[in-house]
Amino acid sequence: MATRPNWLMRNHKIFEKHTFILIAGILVVVAIGGLIEIAPLFYLKNTIEKVEGVRPYTPLELAGQNIYIREGCNTCHSQMIRPLRDEVERYGHYSLAAESMYDHPFQWGSKRTGPDLARVGGKYSDEWQKQHLINPRSLVPESIMPPYAFMEDRKIDLSTIANEMRTLRQAGVPYTDDMILRAQDDAKAQAGGDYDVDSFRADYDTLSGRTGTVNVRDFDAMRGDPSELDALISYLQVLGTMVDFSTYEAGDLDNKR
Amino acid sequence: MAAGVSRAQGADPSTLTVGLILLVVLVFGISGAANAVDPRFGAHAWMLTIAAFAWLAGLLIWHEESEPGQRFDKTYYEEGVVKAGVIATTLWGIAGFLVGLIIALQLTFPNLFYFPDWGWTNFGRMRPLHTSAVIFAFGGNALIATSFYVVQRTCRTRLAGGMWPWFVFWGYQLFIVLAGTGYLMGISQSKEYAEPEWYADLWLTIVWVAYLAVFVATLLRRKEKHIYVANWFYLAFIVTIAMLHIVNNISLPASVFGAKSYSLFSGVQSALIQWWYGHNAVGFFLTAGFLAIMYYFIPKRVERPVWSYRLSIVHFWSLIFIYIWAGPHHLHYTALPQWAQTLGMTFSIMLWMPSWGGMINGLMTLSGAWDKLRTDPVVRMLVVSVAFYGMATFEGPAMSIREVNALSHYTDWGIGHVHSGALGWVGFVTFGALYCLTQWVWKRQKLYSNALVEWHFWIATLGIVLYITSMWVSGIMEGLMWRAYNEFGFLSYSFIETVSAKHISYIIRALGGGLYLIGALIMAYNLFRTARGDVPAEDRKNVPAAPANLQPAE
Repeated sequence: MATRPNWLMRNHKIFEKHTFILIAGILVVVAIGGLIEIAPLFYLKNTIEKVEGVRPYTPLELAGQNIYIREGCNTCHSQMIRPLRDEVERYGHYSLAAESMYDHPFQWGSKRTGPDLARVGGKYSDEWQKQHLINPRSLVPESIMPPYAFMEDRKIDLSTIANEMRTLRQAGVPYTDDMILRAQDDAKAQAGGDYDVDSFRADYDTLSGRTGTVNVRDFDAMRGDPSELDALISYLQVLGTMVDFSTYEAGDLDNKR
Repeated sequence: MAAGVSRAQGADPSTLTVGLILLVVLVFGISGAANAVDPRFGAHAWMLTIAAFAWLAGLLIWHEESEPGQRFDKTYYEEGVVKAGVIATTLWGIAGFLVGLIIALQLTFPNLFYFPDWGWTNFGRMRPLHTSAVIFAFGGNALIATSFYVVQRTCRTRLAGGMWPWFVFWGYQLFIVLAGTGYLMGISQSKEYAEPEWYADLWLTIVWVAYLAVFVATLLRRKEKHIYVANWFYLAFIVTIAMLHIVNNISLPASVFGAKSYSLFSGVQSALIQWWYGHNAVGFFLTAGFLAIMYYFIPKRVERPVWSYRLSIVHFWSLIFIYIWAGPHHLHYTALPQWAQTLGMTFSIMLWMPSWGGMINGLMTLSGAWDKLRTDPVVRMLVVSVAFYGMATFEGPAMSIREVNALSHYTDWGIGHVHSGALGWVGFVTFGALYCLTQWVWKRQKLYSNALVEWHFWIATLGIVLYITSMWVSGIMEGLMWRAYNEFGFLSYSFIETVSAKHISYIIRALGGGLYLIGALIMAYNLFRTARGDVPAEDRKNVPAAPANLQPAE
């Protein structure tokens, strides 16, 4: 070691002797990376593809997503198919940024203890989903998924759903006043209740830009107000089905990022 | 104190301010309990009410019983809060490891460890309980306790703020209880390592600002001209975690009397903000903070100076600058624009250098004292932790390369990687610090049993080796099985076949985790016997904060 402190050590004194200069130095140094990486995502127009079909979740599907989050499904299931040959063959078309633009927050996940769910919609019947949620090992003996039998007996709490949609609207999800006003009825209607379905369907189709993105049926095959199974299965059944990939041009320059 | 001093004059201002904050919490708790829109929030509101009430009562009793002149005596170090931190770290550690073992067993023997009638014990709710317990409860308490100890010693002054350090300690425990009970009730934002909902996040923000204030005020009071290197790392950890926590948790509550909130950000933006947070929870919570522990406890324990002062300057600034960029490597091949992925990967690879700068500085501090590896098992624990740090920070950059990540992402390899860092680095350096601190703050000449430290060291090391190797095997195996094709060009394996194939690895992993837990129990017993006084005490009862005969070093 040199006897005389070198340039670095002489000049570093300013940080070592002044608490607030040290704090300011730290703040500047740790702010740069985040600013450069994150800020452009909010204004670069090609961050999210322009694609038809993606719409906000219906009240029933939103209640389903809330249950998905409550149970921590994202700890074991991803919703992000990567553009790798085996993943596209196993799960379907790779995920687009647009497909999660109404997820507050994103549900891409980070671990596949179970399979990816980005395109699980329509892959299995409602009955399969119900039985599988109640007792996964009755259908897949080697499964290590937890059982969710308790959802069968629980009704979803419809009293908070309108408020939740209003909050999402503040965060940028384009729910209309009508959708929020009718939220409770729409949830019951979608689960096969005796309510007006046409205007409900029409409103969500309008936001989506294509028809047929709303599934209306009694998901859990149990009469009465929607159960948690109804909500969760309606959410699972819509995942990845909003975009019509028969018309999507993956090779288009506008869709490349 | 003169008998004429009135009670009002004797009131301690820091205690009074803490009391006012608790009154606000009490009001929020009571109104929340009365107006809750969902029962889960109601339960938390009750919990807040009871906690604030009990805390206020405790403050009042303490304040009545303590002599005004004797409170927070500036001529002595504050060691009570450090003792509390040592106890909390040990207990939360055991709880966190135990939950980890349970969820490992759930994935291994689902028929035995899942209970259809108890939805709250399912893996999805217990997994955040495990991660938060080990990262924030065990790791966080270790950081708070050691930082409070180190900043006093290296500044040669008592902790600033009177009651505030205790507010930080108990406030942090309250946050942990809110978070943990919330997960079990199903309250979660679903953002990994940032699951607690908006009111718990707000509470943590208050606690964290108080933590920063106590730390900075103590630095300002220092009797040394220079701020010691460990304190740079502590400061970077506290400041950056504040920034990350606030930005990542910006959300809109659906009701002020309900638990549910929605993140202001969605989709791709929320993904990058989350992993900017998530990776730097690793970078600043689990790395910078624990490097601070390394920079104090290794030199003290081996009684050698830090190997290279210059290296500590270079690696400090480069580490904190580069770490922040690394987040996007969690999002390779996703819908995140590729330029961001490439930036993340580039900086992740560069990160290898400052990481190893820290490792080299820590290891080489043993120069001239390598014999202590043989004679002092606590030193061995600290040194092995740095070795695991070096290993994990080599593996990390490798896994951040896109082509490697294509295989490793979504698999158990990631689980193995974080555990080599968590069990090996964070765990061992904390154990080392706990052994030192218990001996130092309880004023013991030595630990109750060095032999038990040896047992702890070897059992835990064996546990880590079993854990990491089993996860390498299962992770790489499932990654390869997912992409395997047969001779006809079809995928070879269904998903469930890859799950069954991991069963043996999962048994070995649970065994490794079990050994690690046993090691921690041995440590807890050893620490308890040491603190209780089953070994001779040192001559000094308490050390004056700044003996007048010492001159500041320049």
